[in-house]
Amino acid sequence: MTMAVIQALASHWRAHRLQLMTLLVGLALATGLWSAVQAINAEARASYGRAADQLALGQFDELHHPNGPIPLSRYVELRRAGWQVAAVLEGPIRIQGQTVRVLGVDMVAYPALPAITQMEQSGTPPDPADMLTAPGLLLTTPALGPLLNGQTGLPPVLISDALPPDLILTDIGVAEVLLNQSGKVSHLIILPDQPGAVPPLTDIAPELDRILAREQLDTAQLTHSFHLNLSAFGLLSFAVGLFIVHGTVGLAFAQRRGMIRTLRALGVSMRRLVWLIMAELSVLAIIGGTLGLVLGFFLAGALLPDVAATLRGLYGAPISGQISLQPQWALSGLAMALGGTFLASGHALYRLSRMPVLSGAGLQAWRSAASGSWIVAIAGVAAIVGGILALLLFGGLVAGFVMVAGMLVGSALVLPYALSLVLILFQRSAKGPIAQWVWSDMRAQLPGLSLALMALLLALAANIGVGTMVSSFRLTFTGWLDQRLTSELYVTTATDQQGRDVAEWLSFQVDAVLPIRSVELAHSSGPLFLYGIIDDQTYREKWPLISASDGVWDRVIDGTAVLVNEQLARRENLWPGQSLVITPTLTLTIAGVYSDYGNPTGQAIVSMPRLDEVAPNAEARRFGIRVAPGRATELAQALREEFDLPPRAVVQQAVMKAQSMAVFEKTFVVTSALNILTLGVAGFAILTSLLTLWTQRLPQIAPVWALGLTRTELARLELLRSVLLAALTAVLALPLGLALAWALLSVINVEAFGWKLPMYLFPLDWAYLLGLTLLAAAIAAALPAARLLRMPPADLLKVFANER
Amino acid sequence: MNVRTWLIVLLLLIPGLSRAQGYAGLGGSAEGFTVPQPDYTFQFPQDHGPHPEYRIEWWYLTANLKGEDGRDYGIQWTLFRSALKPHEAEGWQSPQIWMGHAALTTPDKHYFAERLSRGGIGQAGVTAEPFEAWIDEWHMRGDDPSAVNLSANGADFGYDLQLTAKGPLVFHGQNGYSVKSADGQASYYYSQPFYEVQGLLRLPDGDVPVTGQGWLDREWSSQPLAADQSGWDWFSLSFDDGDKMMAFRLRGERSDFTAATWITADGTTTAIPDGEVAFEPLTTSLVAGRDIPVRWRVTLPTRDLDVEVSALTPDAWMATRFEYWEGPVQISGSHSGRGYLEMTGY
Repeated sequence: MTMAVIQALASHWRAHRLQLMTLLVGLALATGLWSAVQAINAEARASYGRAADQLALGQFDELHHPNGPIPLSRYVELRRAGWQVAAVLEGPIRIQGQTVRVLGVDMVAYPALPAITQMEQSGTPPDPADMLTAPGLLLTTPALGPLLNGQTGLPPVLISDALPPDLILTDIGVAEVLLNQSGKVSHLIILPDQPGAVPPLTDIAPELDRILAREQLDTAQLTHSFHLNLSAFGLLSFAVGLFIVHGTVGLAFAQRRGMIRTLRALGVSMRRLVWLIMAELSVLAIIGGTLGLVLGFFLAGALLPDVAATLRGLYGAPISGQISLQPQWALSGLAMALGGTFLASGHALYRLSRMPVLSGAGLQAWRSAASGSWIVAIAGVAAIVGGILALLLFGGLVAGFVMVAGMLVGSALVLPYALSLVLILFQRSAKGPIAQWVWSDMRAQLPGLSLALMALLLALAANIGVGTMVSSFRLTFTGWLDQRLTSELYVTTATDQQGRDVAEWLSFQVDAVLPIRSVELAHSSGPLFLYGIIDDQTYREKWPLISASDGVWDRVIDGTAVLVNEQLARRENLWPGQSLVITPTLTLTIAGVYSDYGNPTGQAIVSMPRLDEVAPNAEARRFGIRVAPGRATELAQALREEFDLPPRAVVQQAVMKAQSMAVFEKTFVVTSALNILTLGVAGFAILTSLLTLWTQRLPQIAPVWALGLTRTELARLELLRSVLLAALTAVLALPLGLALAWALLSVINVEAFGWKLPMYLFPLDWAYLLGLTLLAAAIAAALPAARLLRMPPADLLKVFANER
Repeated sequence: MNVRTWLIVLLLLIPGLSRAQGYAGLGGSAEGFTVPQPDYTFQFPQDHGPHPEYRIEWWYLTANLKGEDGRDYGIQWTLFRSALKPHEAEGWQSPQIWMGHAALTTPDKHYFAERLSRGGIGQAGVTAEPFEAWIDEWHMRGDDPSAVNLSANGADFGYDLQLTAKGPLVFHGQNGYSVKSADGQASYYYSQPFYEVQGLLRLPDGDVPVTGQGWLDREWSSQPLAADQSGWDWFSLSFDDGDKMMAFRLRGERSDFTAATWITADGTTTAIPDGEVAFEPLTTSLVAGRDIPVRWRVTLPTRDLDVEVSALTPDAWMATRFEYWEGPVQISGSHSGRGYLEMTGY
C-alpha cells in the first residue's frame, strides 16, 4: 500500500516537471544564499581563530610603552627581577610594493606557536640553529612565498599553511635586522606561571602599561558587526527564497487534492498520508538543500576575495581568499533547508490533514486563506512598533537589527491589507463593468499573490535601503577624500634625515610642506594613533570637522586642545568640551571631532610640539606638499630625481584618491551582489505564485471570456494586473526602503563602524529600480499570459462542463 | 622538533643528561667546536666563566640540607649553556642558549622550575670576575666561587643560601680531563665539593632556615657521549668521615663505562678507572610512568666501600622540557652519609 501511495505522490511530480524544478530551484536558492553567507562568515572566523591561536594573540596580558618601543634593556631588567615576560618585535616592511607584517618573537622564550610546532614536526624540520642564528629563517604563507623568494637579501623562506595571510613569522633576532630596529621591543607578553615573589611592575617598569588579555581589541570582536550584517542579508535572502517554496508547495498540494481524496477513499489513512508527504518533502528539501550547498560553495568562493579585501581595508583583519568546505555551515545549510521547507509547507500540510474525506477537489476552499485580513495587518503594525521600542529601550547593534527586522517583517505583514485597501479605492472609482471586474478580480487574487508580493516588498526595500546607504556613503566619502587629501603630493622618504633634506629642499619651491607624523599609543580605549600637525591654512579650511568648538584650530595649534576622530568620539562618548587622557601626564580638552572613514582605530590630532613631547622619536618621513596643481607632476619628477626616491615614495593626490575609492568600491561589492540576487529571487517568487494562481484562475476567466472578452484582451489584462500589483508594491516599498536606509546609516553604521553618515536621496536610482520591478513582473506574468493566448477555446469551454 | 626540544637534544650530548637513543647520531661530530684535549692547564678565574667555543657547559650545584628540626632537604641549582655556533655575539644575534633548572626536595615533595634565555642580551650568563652565574633573577654570585650567594624561585618554592667553600677545588679524571667512554670522548670537569651552606628555603608553608653541605660541578665539552650510550647514573657522595666520592656509570649498548674520583677530607683526589666501581639497582619505583632505581648498592673494593644509597624521596622527578631524575640520597652500610643522585635515560 505504501509503495502505491508513494507512486501516486511521485506521479504528480512526473506530470509537473516544471513545478518540481521550481521547488528545487527555490530551495536551492534559499539554501545557497544562506550558506554562502555562512561559509564566508565561517571562513573569516576560522581565519581570525587561526591567527589568534597561531600567534597566541589575546591569550596573554601585554606590556606596552605608552609612546613607542621598549628598549631591550627594560626587558632584561624585568627578567632579572623575576618577571616571566617574552619579547615581541613587529612592524611592516614593503616588498615590491606590498606591505607585509613581520612578527619577530623570541623563539627561546615565547610560548610554542602552532605554526612553529607544525613546521618542526614536518618531514624535513629546519635546523633550529639556522632559525636562531644569522641569517635566520622566515616563515610565511604559501601566498607570500614566491614574493619573498624572488627577493634578494632576505633570509631563506619556509612555507607554512598555519599562518595568517600577509605575515612573516621569524625570530626576533632576524626581525630586528629586517625592520632595522636593533635593540627595540614592540611589546612584551606576560607569561603564565610567574614565580612566587616578584616586585610590582610599578616599581621596576613604571612607564609600561599592562594591557589585560581581555582588554585587547580582537579581530573577531571588531568584525562582529560586519558579520552580523552579512548574516542578516543571508537570512533575508533565505526568507525570500522560502516564498518560492511556499508558493510551489501550496500549488502542488492544491493540485493533488483530487488524488488525495481518491487515496483516502481507497482506504489510505490520513496519518500515513501525512507521514509520507512529510517524507517526500524531506527528500525534496535534502535534494534542494544539497544543490543549494553546491551553489553556496561557489557563490562564497566568488564573493570571498572581495569580502577579504573589505575586512582587510576596514579592520586590517587578514583573512585568506580561499573557501573550504566546513561541516558547520554545510550542516546548518541543510538544516535550514529542511526547517525552511516545513515552515513553508506547514500551513498547506495542516490544511491537508484537516481535509474531510469527501470534500470537493475545488480550489476555492484552498484560497480562502485570509492573509489579507486586518488581524495580520495589526500583527504587522505590532512588529514595527516592537522593533522601534527595542531600539529605544536597549540600543546597540543587535537592537538596531531587531528594529530593521521588525520594520521589514511588519511592513510585509501589513502589505496585503494595504494593497486591498488601495484596490477597494480603485474599485469604487472604477467605471464600466470590465474595469470593475479587473479590480475585484485583482482583490480576489491578492491572497494567493500576497506572499510573493511580500517577498518583492522586502527585496525592493532592501535594495532601496542598501542602495541609498552605499550611494550616500560614496558621496560622503568622495567629499571627505577631497577634504582629507588636500595636498597635491605625498612624499615618503627613506629616513628622518632624508625627510629633513626633502623639507629643506622643498621649502623654497612650494606653498607649504605639511609633515605627517604619528605614533601608536597603547590607550585604555585600545590602540590610539596620535598625529601632530603644524599651523597651516590647509587644515583650517579643509579638515572635515563634524563637530567643533570656538577657535578650534587656534587652541589645537597653541597646544591646549586636541581633535579626535569620530570613531573614538562615539566609542568613548567624548565630545568637544570634554577631556582626553593621552598619556598619564598629558590630558587635553577636546576641541573638535573629525570624520575618519575606513579606519577602525581611534585617532587624535595635537600640535607638533605636543607630539614631540609625547614621542620625540616619532618618524618624520612623510609629508604632504601644497603646490599649484599644475606643477605637481613636474615637482614629483624632480623630487624623485633629486633624492633618488622610488616611484611609490612620491604619490600624487589623484592617484591616492583613486586608490582609496577602489578600496571603497570593493567594500560594497558583496552587498551589491547579494542585493541583486535577492531581487532576482523575489522576481522568481512572483513567477511561481502567478503560475500557481494560473491553474486556479480558469474558472474565473472562462465566464468573462464567455461574456465576450477575447483571449488577447484577457492576456493583456493579465499582464497589466501583474505589473500594477508590482508597481503598487514598489510604491509602498519606497518609504520602507528609505526608513531602512536611515536605520543603516544612523543606527547600524554607527554601531558597526563607528561613524554616522548623512543621507542623500537618489530618485533616479528608484526610477531605475521601479522599471526593473515592472519588467520583472511583466516577465513573470508573460508565461501565464502566453498560455492564455494559446489556449484552445475548447479548454475554456470545458470549465463549464467539468465538475470542479 | 621544537627549538626547545632541540636544545634538549643538544643537552643530551651531556652524559649527565642523556636519555633517548635518538640523539646518538648527534654525538659524533663537533662541527667547528673546540674539543677537550688531555693536557689542559686550567686558568682561574677565567675558567670559572663560560667557554663559548665549546658546545656545552654547566654550573651544577646540589646541596644536602637540614632544618632546625632535623628534617632533610635537598636543593639543585643548575645553569646550562648550549652553543648553536662556537662563538658569542651581541644582542639577539647571540648563538648561545642558556637554560636554568632549580629544584627543592623535601622528604615528601619535589618542587622544580625551569628558565630559558638567549645569551648576548644580558638575561643570562656567567662572568668569571667577580663571579656571577645567572638566568633571570636566579643567581650564584660572589667575588669568586669560594663564597657565593645562591638564589632561585619557582611558582611555589624558592631558596636563598650562603655557600662557603671549606676546601680546595678538585679535578676529576686526568687533572680535570674526564674521559666518558672507551672511545675516548671526554670533558673538562672540576668540582667544589666542600661548601658549607646556610640560608632559607621558601616553601608553601613558610620559610625554613637550613644548614648543610653543597657540591658544585663545573664541566664543559663538545661531544662527550659515545654513540651507543643511552643514559647515565651519577653519584656525589659525602661520607660522615669527611671523605667524598664522585662516581658515574654511562650505560652503553656494548658495555657500561664507569669512572669515579675518591676525594679525601683535605681534597686529595684519586681517579678510579673504568670497571672498578660497581653499581647495582636494588629497588625500582614507578616515577612519572617509568621504573626508576631509587635504591642502589655501590661497591668499591679497593676502598672497602659497600654501601646502600637510597633516595630521600623517590619522586624527585624533573618534569622539565627534558626530563630526568635528580634528588638527595642517604648512604648506609660500610660508610654512612648523604649525597645526590642523578639518573637519565630511563
